[in-house]
Amino acid sequence: MISRDDVEHVARLARLALSAAEAERMREQLSGILDYIDTLRALDTAGVEPTSHAVPLVNVMRDDETRPCLPPDVVLANAPDPSDAFFRVPRIIEE
Amino acid sequence: MAAPTIHELTAAFARGEQSPVAVAESYLARIDTLDGRVGAYLTVMRDEALSAARASEARYRAGAPLGPLDGAPVALKDVFCTRGVRTTCGSRILESFVPPYDATMVERLRTAGAVILGKTNMDEFAMGSSTEHSAFHVTRNPWDLTRVPGGSSGGSAAAVAGGLAAGAFGTDTGGSVRQPAAFCGVVGLKPTYGRVSRYGLIAFASSLDHVAPFALDIVDTALLLGAVAGHDPLDATSVEAPVPDYVAALAGGVKGLRIGVPDEYFGAGLDPEIDRAVRAAIDVLRDRGATIERVSLPSTAYGVATYYIVAPAEASSNLARYDGVKYGLRVPGKDLIDMASRTRAAGFGAEVKRRIMLGTYALSAGYHEAYYGQAQKVRTLVRREFEAAFARVDLLAAPTTPGVAFTHGDKADPLAMYMNDVYTIPASMTGLPAVSVPCGFNAAGLPIGLQLIGRALDEPTLLRAAHAYEQATPWRHRSPALG
Repeated sequence: MISRDDVEHVARLARLALSAAEAERMREQLSGILDYIDTLRALDTAGVEPTSHAVPLVNVMRDDETRPCLPPDVVLANAPDPSDAFFRVPRIIEE
Repeated sequence: MAAPTIHELTAAFARGEQSPVAVAESYLARIDTLDGRVGAYLTVMRDEALSAARASEARYRAGAPLGPLDGAPVALKDVFCTRGVRTTCGSRILESFVPPYDATMVERLRTAGAVILGKTNMDEFAMGSSTEHSAFHVTRNPWDLTRVPGGSSGGSAAAVAGGLAAGAFGTDTGGSVRQPAAFCGVVGLKPTYGRVSRYGLIAFASSLDHVAPFALDIVDTALLLGAVAGHDPLDATSVEAPVPDYVAALAGGVKGLRIGVPDEYFGAGLDPEIDRAVRAAIDVLRDRGATIERVSLPSTAYGVATYYIVAPAEASSNLARYDGVKYGLRVPGKDLIDMASRTRAAGFGAEVKRRIMLGTYALSAGYHEAYYGQAQKVRTLVRREFEAAFARVDLLAAPTTPGVAFTHGDKADPLAMYMNDVYTIPASMTGLPAVSVPCGFNAAGLPIGLQLIGRALDEPTLLRAAHAYEQATPWRHRSPALG
C-alpha cells in the first residue's frame, strides 16, 4: 500500500509536477501494481546473486584518445534556449 | 496476393525486372492511400526514400549493388535516431527533436542500400503493448482495424503486415517486437542481447532493450539481422562475436533438433485457440524430425512482476535526461527544478509517468533492496532455469502471447496490459534470442504466433527451425484484405 505522501515524495524525486487528481489516480494505480509485484517477496532468494545484465561483460575499456565529436552549433540546434556555445537555464545561485 | 518479400524484390532488381525507384514509389503511393486508415507512420520520408532508391537503381544499372538489401523499402520505429529526420519516440517531449546523427543500425542499413520509407508509430518511449500510448495517434491492426497491432513497435508491425513496407525494425524490451509480430501475422525476431548495437536507440531499459527486425518471412529476417548485427565500439554492451551468414544457416531443417516445450507457457490464461495452434505447430516440428520434450521453467509466473521492477527502475534513470535543458520540450519555471518538473509533467503521457514513478519508488531509500534487489535475484533464478533447460534441449517452443489482438481501449487497466507480456518477458530478461513466427489464425481470422527461444548467440539454429516450420505451413501466403 502506498500513501499520498509517498506519491508526492516520489514525484518530487522524479521531478514530476502532478496535479492533485493525478496524484490520487497515481496512488490507486501504483497500489494495484505494487500489490501484484509484492508476490515476488514470497520467493526465497537467500544466497542468490543478483543479475544486472544478461551478458557477462565487465569493464569494457578503450584507449584514452581524442576522437571527432559533433560541433557545438549542431549540438545546440535542438536546445530550447541556446546562448553562444551554452544551454541557458534559470538562475541557480542567488545574487 | 501476398506482398513481395525483400529477397523477392531485390532478386527482381538484380535481374532488371523491377526498378527500386518504381517499387519505392508504389510503397509511398500505398502509404498515401491506406495509412490514413492504419496509422502505421509518424513521419514519411518521401524525398529521402526516393533519393536512396535512385542511388540504388544506379548501382544495379552499373552492375554493382551493395547486397541483398540494396533497394529494400523498410520502415523504422521512431525510437531510432535518424540524422536530419524528426525522431519523437512517440512522445510530446521529443515532438520536434531532430537528431544530429544516425543510430549505428540506421547507418548499417544505409550502407546495405536499404531505402528508409519513414518512421513508425509506437507506444511513448516504447512503454506499452498496444501502441495506444503514442502521444500522436493510434495504429490499427491491418487484419481488423478495430483492433490494436500490439506494441510497443505496433507501427512497424502494421506497416509490414499491411504492405506499407517490405520489412521494418522495432525494439523489443519485454516483447515489443514479438508480441506485435504475433498480433499482425508477421515474423518478429528479438536477437541475443548485445548482438545489435543500441547506439542511437532512444533508451528505455538499457539491460533489456534489443534492436529487432520484422519481416514477411524468415529469409528476410535473416537478411535484416545480418545487416545490422555485429560489434560496435559506440555500444560497450555490444558483443564481439563474429556475425555468421544467417541466410546460409537456414538450410538443413529440424531433423535431430531437441525442442523443449515449457509446461508453464500452457497454463491458465492461455486462449484455447492459441493453445491448439501452437501445439499443432509443435507437431509439425516433430513430423519434420525434431524431438519434442517437456521442460519446466517454474519462475515464469514471476517474470511480469520482476520485469515491472527492473524496466521501470532503468527507465526512471534513463528518462531523467528529459529536463528541458539540452533538447526537447521546455516549459519555463521559477527555478531549474520547477522547470524540469513542469516540462516533464507536460511532455510525458500517463503510462510514462506511471513507470517513472514506479521505478523511482522501487529505487528509493528503504525500498531499493526489497524491490530492485529482489527483482535482480529473481532474474538470476529465471536465467538458471533457462540454462538447465538448454542443457537438455536446443530450442524452446511456446506461444508468443496469451491472447490474440484485442480491441482498442480493451486493456485500460495498466496491470491487464502488462500481463500481455507474460510469455515474452523471460527471453528479454535472459537476453536469449527469440522469434515469433505466424502459426495460424483463430476462428475470427486473427493471427497467432509461435515463439521459439534459442541459446545465446544461436540465432542460426533458431532461424533454421523457424524456416523449416514456415516452409512446411501455408501461413506466410495469407495477407489482410486492406485494399
